[in-house]
Amino acid sequence: MSGTPHAVLAEGLRKTYGPTRALDGFDLAVPEGTVCGLLGPNGAGKTTAVRILATLLRADGGRATVAGFDVTRQAEQVRYRIGLTGQYAAVDDALTGVQNLQMFGRLFHLSKAAARARAEELLDRFGLTGAAHRKAGTYSGGMKRRLDLAAGLVLAPRVLFLDEPTTGLDPRNRNEVWSVVRSLVAGGTTVLLTTQYLDEADQLADRIAVMDAGRVIAEGTPAELKARIGGDQVDVVLRDATHLSEVAALLSRVTDGTPETDEDGFRVSAPVTGRAAALTGILRALDTAGIEVEDVAVRRPTLDEVFLRLTGRPTDEVTA
Amino acid sequence: MSTLPAPVIPTTPAARFRYAVADGWVVARRYLTHWVQEPGRIVAGLVFPGMMVLLFGYVFGSAMQVPGGGNYREFLMPGLFAMTMAMGIAVTVTAVVSDTSRGITDRFRSLPMARSAVVTGRSIADMVNSLLDLVVLLLCGLLVGWQWHNGPGSALAAVGLLLLLRFALVWVGIYLGLILPSPEAVTVVLAPVYPLTMIANTFVSPQQMPSWLGTLAEWNPLSATVTATRELFGNAGPAAGGSWVAENAMLMAVVWPAVLIAVFLPLSVRRYRRLSH
Repeated sequence: MSGTPHAVLAEGLRKTYGPTRALDGFDLAVPEGTVCGLLGPNGAGKTTAVRILATLLRADGGRATVAGFDVTRQAEQVRYRIGLTGQYAAVDDALTGVQNLQMFGRLFHLSKAAARARAEELLDRFGLTGAAHRKAGTYSGGMKRRLDLAAGLVLAPRVLFLDEPTTGLDPRNRNEVWSVVRSLVAGGTTVLLTTQYLDEADQLADRIAVMDAGRVIAEGTPAELKARIGGDQVDVVLRDATHLSEVAALLSRVTDGTPETDEDGFRVSAPVTGRAAALTGILRALDTAGIEVEDVAVRRPTLDEVFLRLTGRPTDEVTA
Repeated sequence: MSTLPAPVIPTTPAARFRYAVADGWVVARRYLTHWVQEPGRIVAGLVFPGMMVLLFGYVFGSAMQVPGGGNYREFLMPGLFAMTMAMGIAVTVTAVVSDTSRGITDRFRSLPMARSAVVTGRSIADMVNSLLDLVVLLLCGLLVGWQWHNGPGSALAAVGLLLLLRFALVWVGIYLGLILPSPEAVTVVLAPVYPLTMIANTFVSPQQMPSWLGTLAEWNPLSATVTATRELFGNAGPAAGGSWVAENAMLMAVVWPAVLIAVFLPLSVRRYRRLSH
């Protein structure tokens, strides 16, 4: 099995809930030792995909292997080799940190002594030794997530599934979780991470798969994907709505993408390549046309924009 | 990373069984630890039956008449024992729903533990807890003058019947816990449990109720257990000459729980398996 080049391999996975096609021909290949970011809006099927790969859910069609074992026929073998951290911190609030990890160790069939040693080792690694004998219910959000991550790592899994690991965390706690994930990857673990945040995928993932309506619609390194949607984004903000269409026309001439107009915010946005040159060109054109602006700024595209470019519709239409 | 012992993957049926028992015990220990760490829960669980002893034994008890004569508190205690067993279903349902809604059930399902351990662990913990409840309540009964009159053998048989009822309700509770969508729904589903424990022979004899309600009360599975434990403890009960169910209470105190287990144990297992569909 060690000859398998892919830690996660999914081919044509399908899953329907009544009339809803949660997964509709989902394909994914994650090479060993890499981080794959599964990116998409709510309802795109990210969680369904992870649940099938983590043996929690049975697919209606298609096949998948994790660490070389079939997720349906060899589910138990898969479970010995994966860790799963879901959208909730699935630890027992009434147990202490060390009790939680010992319990999970025992359920991985470690001996009592080994479970205890492993619990202490993980608490130390996640900076929770000081809180080892406190109930998990008293932990902060970030500490709880770290304990939850530790629980997924009891057996040093070959593949770690992280389903929106930082949803609901503040930036400081988010950074804590990110640094833990980075250290795991440095240790050789393969990670499949779902997220709604482009910057999270950007920070952690070697490759990103963008999902929509139950399938992967684009796949590549973060740089490739950004290049594909036109790299940076320029925003021109006006004082009022009078010159909006004029500026839109001007931007479509100076940049080579199609501008988006936000009528309520008096803002026109367009994708640009080459930040400095584009900015100079736009400012010169605005000056020539004699249009006064509130603000001009170049920034990274948001997930909404990536999504809009890839699918032709904004994320909230999918969510609704 | 330090040396991590390789896990042993059970292959033979005997090894699988050993792991199923061990895993079930780990899960049960988790719940028992909850009770040790939050003794308030045990106290809260006992305040209610304690209040009932005071309320019905002393406040209403003076106006209560036991058919065929006899001490009302002797009549009352077996009713309260069975009622406490029945109310235990709330503990089961609440625990199952809370684990499912907080992702803990999913985490267990992603581990290579025995599939059965989640439910067996739950039922072991509930039974241990119920046995404790029952012992404390028996002591309460002795304090207010209740006692058993037919020797320790019959008394133990009565305790056995009470625990059998609880065991049957564990499976009803696990099933309800698995089908309920949220902790909020639990309150709604559990609301009728309390009145249902009273439309029985717990506090008054069904013979004193309007005939339609009396029939309903006699057919309440709780009534069979209550009558049977009254007989086994030798406590005053309704005079003979009731309906068929009342006459065959001893049989029905085994049949009712057996039927509940036969229906809800497979349903719970099926429902648990269907979490992956």
